[in-house]
Amino acid sequence: MSQLTEAALHFQNVDYSIDDVPILKGINGSFPKGKITTLVGPSGSGKTTLLKLCNGLISPTSGNIFIHNKPISTYNPVELRRHVGIALQSAPMVKGAVFQNLALPLELQGRQLEEQDALHLLEDVGLAKSFLQRKTDDLSGGQRQKVSIARSLINRSEILLLDEITSALDPTSLHDIEQLIVNINRQYGTTIIWITHNLEQAISIGDFTWVLMGGKVMETGESEFLKSPTNPLVKQFVQGDHR
Amino acid sequence: MSYTTLAITLIFVVIPLLLSKTLRLGLEKDTIIAAIRSTLQLLIIGFILKFVFDSENLIYILLMVALMIGAATQNARKKGKAIKGITWKIAATLIAIEVLTQSILLGFQIVPPTAQYIISISGMILGNSMVLTILFLNRFTAEVEAHRDETELILSLGGTPKQAIHRQLLNSIKTSMIPTIESQKTIGLVQLPGMMSGQIIAGADPMQAVQFQLMIVFLLLTTAAVTSILLGFLSYPSLFNERMQLLRGKQ
Repeated sequence: MSQLTEAALHFQNVDYSIDDVPILKGINGSFPKGKITTLVGPSGSGKTTLLKLCNGLISPTSGNIFIHNKPISTYNPVELRRHVGIALQSAPMVKGAVFQNLALPLELQGRQLEEQDALHLLEDVGLAKSFLQRKTDDLSGGQRQKVSIARSLINRSEILLLDEITSALDPTSLHDIEQLIVNINRQYGTTIIWITHNLEQAISIGDFTWVLMGGKVMETGESEFLKSPTNPLVKQFVQGDHR
Repeated sequence: MSYTTLAITLIFVVIPLLLSKTLRLGLEKDTIIAAIRSTLQLLIIGFILKFVFDSENLIYILLMVALMIGAATQNARKKGKAIKGITWKIAATLIAIEVLTQSILLGFQIVPPTAQYIISISGMILGNSMVLTILFLNRFTAEVEAHRDETELILSLGGTPKQAIHRQLLNSIKTSMIPTIESQKTIGLVQLPGMMSGQIIAGADPMQAVQFQLMIVFLLLTTAAVTSILLGFLSYPSLFNERMQLLRGKQ
């Protein structure tokens, strides 16, 4: 990965274990500022855990994470999470209508979301205006993902973590969401870390890619390397052996 | 009641024993243990109460109340093992309830400051508070586990632990208070409360017994509200660490 690009996030010998069971082992590397880095790897390789570490939802068992060259532990957790937004894979919702979910990030700061802004967000993620007052219990998996993406954009985070946000989308919606995220990255210089199981998406969207397997970073570089990886295990994975 | 008459009431223990044996419920041992334990415990407490009432010594009264708080805490804490420091949190809640209610009762001279009143009323307040504690802890731990996703979502968006757990906390407080409120709506219609029945059996004027019972009914409303709310607000911070991360629950 380019050493000339400034790092938004840097991992230094990061381990993470649960009850002495290692989930991530010796993670080293940087996520360049203003770029899209895709994370790929088989299920259970520790990708979601890595994102949760970046957002401060969990802390490393050992090692250090730096955000803009400052240790993550020196940030106030609330401030950190407003600067490092996350859209979780399960697209969890609070009980109520779509509007309440979109308004949640601002409500937590004692602010209000204007209805007009909420409608713009719905439009951005390809949902009709009529969805604004719809109960979240009545949404399909894909619609929930779209609401979750829209909600993650409200805080205008400098770093945005996306956990398989397009897994339940149809091809047209998938393309629209990819375009939306790329636009946000280009327009605001937002650093994006995006977990995906879709290797084509990882190459087409990502500037850089990390391949995680068994809790370790197996190979990193400009996303094109996925077309001809050097690591034999990564090669197997890319050819579909681990998918 | 003479001891002979009391012995005759053992018929009420023999009936469930026979039923259990006939239907092979396997509850004979537990029934016998329950009967023996309740007999021993009540006889012992009867002797202790007689001694404390006769002595009218403030130290003995305080010791008696402390014993009740200790026993109630010990019993309720099992339901909140997942919450760090739950023992002292329950004890603090029970002490606060006791101090609050007795201050009002004695401060406004609603009851005389004698062992007979203080200990009897404390028993009712603390017993009710213990049941509420168990109800609250049961519900709260279940709510937290069932809504971990929602709690993590709010934290991930920059919410504080209090904001993240707010809905689960209020639901648990409300749920634990409902039985007290609901049972009071039918009081006198469906069941005659134990204290009132006891007074009437002992020969008290029914209207006098009703007045005392009303006092207890009102007291228990405060007990329900304060127990659940205080324990709730003491408990929820233990679910998070200093980095505002939700600690892992039962796996």
